[in-house]
Amino acid sequence: MSVMSAARDAAVNGALLRVTGLSKSYRGPQGPLPVLRGVDLALAAGTSLALMGESGSGKSTLLHLVAGLDHADSGAIRIDDVEVTKLDDDGRAALRRKTLGVVFQQFNLVPSLTVGDNLALQARLAGRYDCDWRDALADRLGLSALLDRYPEQLSGGQQQRVAVGRALAPRPRLLLADEPTGNLDEATGDAVLDLLLELSATAGAAVLMVTHSALLAAKLDRRATLAGGRLAL
Amino acid sequence: MRQFLYALATLASHWRRRPGQFAALFVGLAIATALWSGVAALNDQARRSYDHAAGALGLGASPSLVAASGGFFVQDMFIALRRAGWKVSPILEGTIRLGDKSYRLVGVEPLTLPKISSAKMPTGEALNDFLGPPGRALAAPQTLRALGLAMGATPRIGDADRLPPLAIAEDLSPGMIVVDIGVAQRLLHRPARLSRLLIAEEPAPDAPALAAVIGEALRRVEADEAPELAKLTDSFHLNLTAFGLLAYVVGLFIAHASFGLAFEQRLPIIRTLRAIGASLRALTFALIAELTLLALLAGVAGMIGGYLIAAALLPDMAASLEGLYGAELDGALGLAPSWWISGIGMALIGAVIAAASGLVKTLRLPVLAIAQPFAWREAQRHWLYRQAALAALALLGAAAALLLGEGLEAGFVSMAGLLLGAALALPLPLAAMLRLGERRARGPLTKWFFADALQQLPGLSLALMALLLALSTNIGVGSMVEGFRRTFAQWLDQRLVAEIYFEAASETDAHRIETWLARREDVAAILPLCKAKTTRRASAIETAWPVEIVGAPPHETFSAHFPLLETRADAWGSVARGDAALVSEQLARRLRLELGSHLNIPTPTGDWRVEIVGLYPDYGAAKGQLRVDRDALVSRWPDARKLDYMLRAKAESAPDVMLALQSEFGAGVARIIDQAALKQRSMTIFERTFAVTAALDALTLVVSAIALFASLTTLAAARTPQLAPLWAAGVSRRSLSLLEFVRVTLFAAATALVSVPLGLALAYDLVAIVNVRAFGWRLPFHVFPSQWLEVFALALLTAALAALLPIRRLARIAPASLLAVFANER
Ligand SMILES: Nc1ncnc2c1ncn2[C@@H]1O[C@H](COP(=O)(O)OP(=O)(O)OP(=O)(O)O)[C@@H](O)[C@H]1O
Ligand SMILES: [Mg+2]
Repeated sequence: MSVMSAARDAAVNGALLRVTGLSKSYRGPQGPLPVLRGVDLALAAGTSLALMGESGSGKSTLLHLVAGLDHADSGAIRIDDVEVTKLDDDGRAALRRKTLGVVFQQFNLVPSLTVGDNLALQARLAGRYDCDWRDALADRLGLSALLDRYPEQLSGGQQQRVAVGRALAPRPRLLLADEPTGNLDEATGDAVLDLLLELSATAGAAVLMVTHSALLAAKLDRRATLAGGRLAL
Repeated sequence: MRQFLYALATLASHWRRRPGQFAALFVGLAIATALWSGVAALNDQARRSYDHAAGALGLGASPSLVAASGGFFVQDMFIALRRAGWKVSPILEGTIRLGDKSYRLVGVEPLTLPKISSAKMPTGEALNDFLGPPGRALAAPQTLRALGLAMGATPRIGDADRLPPLAIAEDLSPGMIVVDIGVAQRLLHRPARLSRLLIAEEPAPDAPALAAVIGEALRRVEADEAPELAKLTDSFHLNLTAFGLLAYVVGLFIAHASFGLAFEQRLPIIRTLRAIGASLRALTFALIAELTLLALLAGVAGMIGGYLIAAALLPDMAASLEGLYGAELDGALGLAPSWWISGIGMALIGAVIAAASGLVKTLRLPVLAIAQPFAWREAQRHWLYRQAALAALALLGAAAALLLGEGLEAGFVSMAGLLLGAALALPLPLAAMLRLGERRARGPLTKWFFADALQQLPGLSLALMALLLALSTNIGVGSMVEGFRRTFAQWLDQRLVAEIYFEAASETDAHRIETWLARREDVAAILPLCKAKTTRRASAIETAWPVEIVGAPPHETFSAHFPLLETRADAWGSVARGDAALVSEQLARRLRLELGSHLNIPTPTGDWRVEIVGLYPDYGAAKGQLRVDRDALVSRWPDARKLDYMLRAKAESAPDVMLALQSEFGAGVARIIDQAALKQRSMTIFERTFAVTAALDALTLVVSAIALFASLTTLAAARTPQLAPLWAAGVSRRSLSLLEFVRVTLFAAATALVSVPLGLALAYDLVAIVNVRAFGWRLPFHVFPSQWLEVFALALLTAALAALLPIRRLARIAPASLLAVFANER
């Protein structure tokens, strides 16, 4: 299946995320360094996609652009009929707050807030704090006993579970995860990912996840690989 | 709003986890405000007191008539003048003692007082009470408080007399007691005598001339111009204000350092908040709100601290101002609303200045770049260059102010520029030193030590700058005060050679006393002085400056002891011949006189041309002074005041002579001073003047210690990841903390080294520029190497104290915390 037909396919099915012709280059010491050269991508609501590719191929860059954390050079990103590239800073912040959940490899938690407060943080910012849902998440993620601890008192796997919970607490439509299990050992990573997928499904969120591991990627609905600045499904 | 509140709560949660950092920030800002507002409160208080004193009764605001030969005159002259149509009002002034303090007793006649004074007198029923009998003694509320008496009390004066019942008059200056003229004549034992007649209204053109009514007995004295006092006290306040500002700047350095580090440490939080969708606007408002709240809290705490500082220093300052300038200060501190506003305002401005760069950087950077240390902190070399450029700019400003500026303000501006420039330049020599160390180092640990210190420099530099400022201020002000103390003590010794100084009440008394003294064997020499007054202006545009001319007989007391700055050969001989004069340093500077210049002195008998043959220091004097031969002076000023005497006697017989003089002549001796007591008193005044400065000096050092502590504590958290690899590679926590300690000590020692030349430059600026511009005399410039050692030790001690806690924490850090660094590594 070609990229174009996949995009069309998703559009027909009412795609949640639609990326078309996305390009991005960084300023390097010797002129611009192109990283993305026309990426097309579509993701239907409630489905998951694993984004793979060599180190330095631009996976994080793509994810950041989708999250509105950085500006693209050209191309379009639509999330739920909202054109991300056309939003101003406030609009992007609102989008992240209400529609997206983000999980990074590290720096996910506020070190001075308790686990409970970290879990609730985004939901509160979005004005969608739901106590029952937070408790359900904490329970499912095995964090119920740790709610009063601070992040530095948790293991890496526990911290990532908090990050997943925080991202899902406002019931986002799309979860963006950049190697969420990269810091964890295989078994822990496996467990965290299972939880992530399960809870996303419960919350009805689509998942776009960057991973190096083919094993982990296999757990998602679809896989795509970034190479040479383009995406191959 | 919801976003704003959660953002604020999240940002603030950082402080809950790191209360030490919060304390450093809070204390820094509070101390800065405290020093500033403390000094402001002192200044305010003093100003209000002078205004008060100047306005009190306004006795100096009207021209008046006084006895031509000084002293008192008979009341009949008042009656004669009133009859002749002169609108004059009688005054009798004197000193009374209540308890162990002297008070100025002023007798007035309320019905004839000039308008400006009578407006302050009681009216109606209260006026009747005042006129008595028994009359009332009016005093300011502070005076009553100082006496510990209530209204209506009648304190005893001496053995037999009592004051009339005390009553409060708000407008009087402290230390002044006003009674009816008759009461004053009785209490001062001067029946039917007056000391002054105020001219309530200028005499009508057809009124008889003064001489026609009472002959030559009285002469007219114009209303006080009184700019002198204002000018001197202004200088004093400028001095204090400059000090307050300096302390405030040091405080700002702390706040700046703490804010910068606080921002840096919270960048990951800010990034996370942004990443999960907190809007930039909400974050900005949250940061600003946090800042404002902090500034307000710290500001109020600082104001309270400032009040305490001012209250503690007020007695000393009051004493020194009273001693130096005769201006009496209210003993109680009043707080004006403007003081609160300015203090809190300074705290806010300080917080904004301190936080601005961090805030702008945080808000301007793209989300992804926020927590990247590299994007946040420019390359170090870049940073050094910028520091150097700013330093050069500040130093240029200092030089420009010095060369182009004229007044006292320019002197202070150059001082500020110098301090700021030097502080900004400090990282340059430090970085050079560390680079050199790195290049020279052999072992890997030593090499790491220097490289690591170099990396720490930007984080610590602000605190080190604060330390530099505090240390150099200590050296600068220290050598000024010490230099002054020595010069002053020596000068007093030389100047006050005579054992007894006294002042006769009138010329008749003077003659009687002189004859009596001449018969006494225990008096070695009687040196009668005479004094005249004139005014001189340096140029046509300047206001006239009062000049006192003192005539002294030729005597060994002067030629062998009188301290001179510059002198011609046989200066005293020339003076004795009558055509030469010695001039005080202040007057010489003012009129641009030097040795060999000629001066025309206006006298009642025409201009008198004298050659300047010597310059002498006259520390602390407000007026210009000339010293000439006594006979020469009397021949030009027939009515010069001839009431002052110096007596030479053996030190052990001096007390007897004084006692005998007083018991023999009583009120005929208006004032008598024994030299030892005068020296004692002068030194006390001097010490008190500088007690204020010394206290502020010490506080500045405390402030810088806190700055260093704050920076070290804040940096300590960020240090763990850098130390963990070394620890893992087998360097014990003990050695690591030892290295940290050595690093801080090294920084402090280097800073202390830089502070010595800077402190000396500051001292030079103070004695040779600021002091000359403020007071007209120059202090000799001394260096005190022992003081440098002291400052060096202080610097090390400050650093050691500041480093103690963070380093102790490092030595005891749980291995788990160090391990955590690796747990998060890929
Ligand atoms: N801020 C930046 N400035 C310049 N170049 C950048 C920047 N961020 C990323 N790059 C470059 O862009 C390319 C893509 O980076 P990106 O982080 O997207 O890769 P990645 O696929 O996520 O790699 P990894 O699997 O290692 O995380 C890399 O060559 C990287 O060096
Ligand atoms: Mg990546």
